[in-house]
Amino acid sequence: MIAPGGFSLRRRLVGQLLALAAVLALVLSLAVRIGAERASQATLDAVLGSAALGLAEEMRAEEGGMVIDMQPATFSMLAAMGEERIFYRVDVGTLTVTGYSDLPLPARLPRALAPVFYTVPFRDADIRVAAVSRSLRVEGRATPVLVLLGQTREGQEAIAARLGWQAAALGLAVFLAAIPLALLVARSLTRPIDQLAEAVGRRGPRDLRPVRHPAPRELAPFVTALNSFIGRLRGTLSQTETFIAEAAHHIRTPLAVMRNEAELALRQSTEEGTRARLRGLIRSADDAARSAGQLLDHATVLYRADQADWARLDLAGMVRAVALRLAPAAEMKDMDLVLDSPGVLTCEGDAVLIEAALRNIIDNAIKYSPPDSVVEVTARATGAMAVVIVADRGRGLGGAAPERLLRRFRRGDNVGDVTGSGLGLTIVEQAASAMGGTFRLRAREGGGACAEFCLPLV
Amino acid sequence: MGGGVRFLLVEDNAELAASVAARLGLEGHGVDRVGTLAEAEEFLRAATYDLILLDIMLPDGDGRDFLARHRRAERQTPVIVMTARSAVSDRVDALDTGADDYITKPFDFAELEARCRAVLRRKGGLVQTLRRYADLSFDPLSATVAFAGESRDLRSREVRLLELFLNAPGRILSKEHLCDRLFSFSEPVSDNAIEVYVGRLRKKLTGSQARIETVRGLGYRLTDS
Repeated sequence: MIAPGGFSLRRRLVGQLLALAAVLALVLSLAVRIGAERASQATLDAVLGSAALGLAEEMRAEEGGMVIDMQPATFSMLAAMGEERIFYRVDVGTLTVTGYSDLPLPARLPRALAPVFYTVPFRDADIRVAAVSRSLRVEGRATPVLVLLGQTREGQEAIAARLGWQAAALGLAVFLAAIPLALLVARSLTRPIDQLAEAVGRRGPRDLRPVRHPAPRELAPFVTALNSFIGRLRGTLSQTETFIAEAAHHIRTPLAVMRNEAELALRQSTEEGTRARLRGLIRSADDAARSAGQLLDHATVLYRADQADWARLDLAGMVRAVALRLAPAAEMKDMDLVLDSPGVLTCEGDAVLIEAALRNIIDNAIKYSPPDSVVEVTARATGAMAVVIVADRGRGLGGAAPERLLRRFRRGDNVGDVTGSGLGLTIVEQAASAMGGTFRLRAREGGGACAEFCLPLV
Repeated sequence: MGGGVRFLLVEDNAELAASVAARLGLEGHGVDRVGTLAEAEEFLRAATYDLILLDIMLPDGDGRDFLARHRRAERQTPVIVMTARSAVSDRVDALDTGADDYITKPFDFAELEARCRAVLRRKGGLVQTLRRYADLSFDPLSATVAFAGESRDLRSREVRLLELFLNAPGRILSKEHLCDRLFSFSEPVSDNAIEVYVGRLRKKLTGSQARIETVRGLGYRLTDS
């Protein structure tokens, strides 16, 4: 049974593993995307830079001015990068000599031939600019020349977007691959718990040995606690059994002495007053012994019913044995115990419970029947049930409802003069229902009672 | 049982043993009393007994072990176990280990006698309990009385009643005394119940020289006419 608010370790583990996988996949796709963007940027910059350098190197001073010899190769190199628009600006000194004079200058002027790269918005688009500077001797004076070469980034953005999608797809793939893996990991982690639970669950109800199943170290405290609990339970149960036996011994032995002594005194006394008192004493001793016996029997029956330690046994044979044991009690009242229990009736049950039930039924029939009457004990198979019927010609149920007589400490209204505890039939009823059987009591036609004890046949 | 049965009583509770032995003695039986299993073995080696009354819990061991050894040694002496433990589990055990019968403490002495009688009857032939009075020859074990060459079956209470008279022939036995011996203390007994059984016994003895006389106001006595 799972306590309310219980959660699944496995589900929690899978959830956490998947969350971790999602974070990892995200980081991975971002890293891939950023790395790819950087790499493509670096490639573009290298091309742009070398084109700008090429442009700068092709400048030379001539008479009365400067010449830029724009080589087609320089621009074809750029065209190879995609359908981009190209902007340039060449400054000599502080004067723009050619190109777009509004092309923004870099924040930091380049030194010598090492190009400086920057991205600026220009004419509705972001452009990447490479700036290179050199100095030219113009009219005998060294004059600084600044060459800017810009290019739109549409192609690069397309590449970046494609790479981004690929990175996202990669992340998703990693995440999807993590799902079965997480399930597998969770199952293999929780398997020892399942195996332990199965090993404990598979035990018979009387198996109170400590758990020795191999368990992971993390479960050791749990197994230890379980074993200590089993140990305490075993102690309590064996104490119960010992207690029942000891209690019976310590109550019955002094009662036996008392009863015997009273009987002896009764034999030897001639004074009628004393004799009447001794009879009362014997009756009380019988009463006490019977009540104590029935209470302890009842405890034993409840205890054993809980154990549910069933074995196959022959009900017909047990009926014969119990009837034989009780025959002297019937004989003492000149009663006849007529037994009709042929063959074998195989049932599943606890021999002690069945013996207690049969003994109580037959003992009851003898106790409440008049001398010289007949008690009939029959055992036979009826359908899927083995049925034991004990019919007497006693005082019957006295008009009481049968189910009322099966209650604890409840006795019929017509039995005041016979010693009894009111537990006998309760014991029978509990024994029967513990083993999947039934017990019924009904008035018998023509007087007397009829008890029916049924157990399922195997 | 008609007296003269030799009992070995194995019981460690001295008071209980003393009172059971006293009761058996009163009925004319011979009783040897021991408190341990070791003593029991010793006595069994030295003498023969008709019946062993065995307690289950003894200071030097479990009565059931003794029983098992007893059966292995193929000794024929019948054993009745007296148990004081919880009836349910002990009974099954005792029968499994080969007791001939068991009785739960405390017990009605008449019940003990009835069980002894039943066991001796089943085991048969070991004990000679035939008793004679006038022309009667009475066998309490087979519950028959014979006279004039004819045997009659008696019922249990008739057997016990005749035993009571034969134990004290010629003596007046009061109705109360007979009632105490014939009926269990926990069953309701009407005033004339004893007259019913005396009447039945008289009928069974019709034609013999033994007669049960009514002594008005005092009781009954057995006489040889």
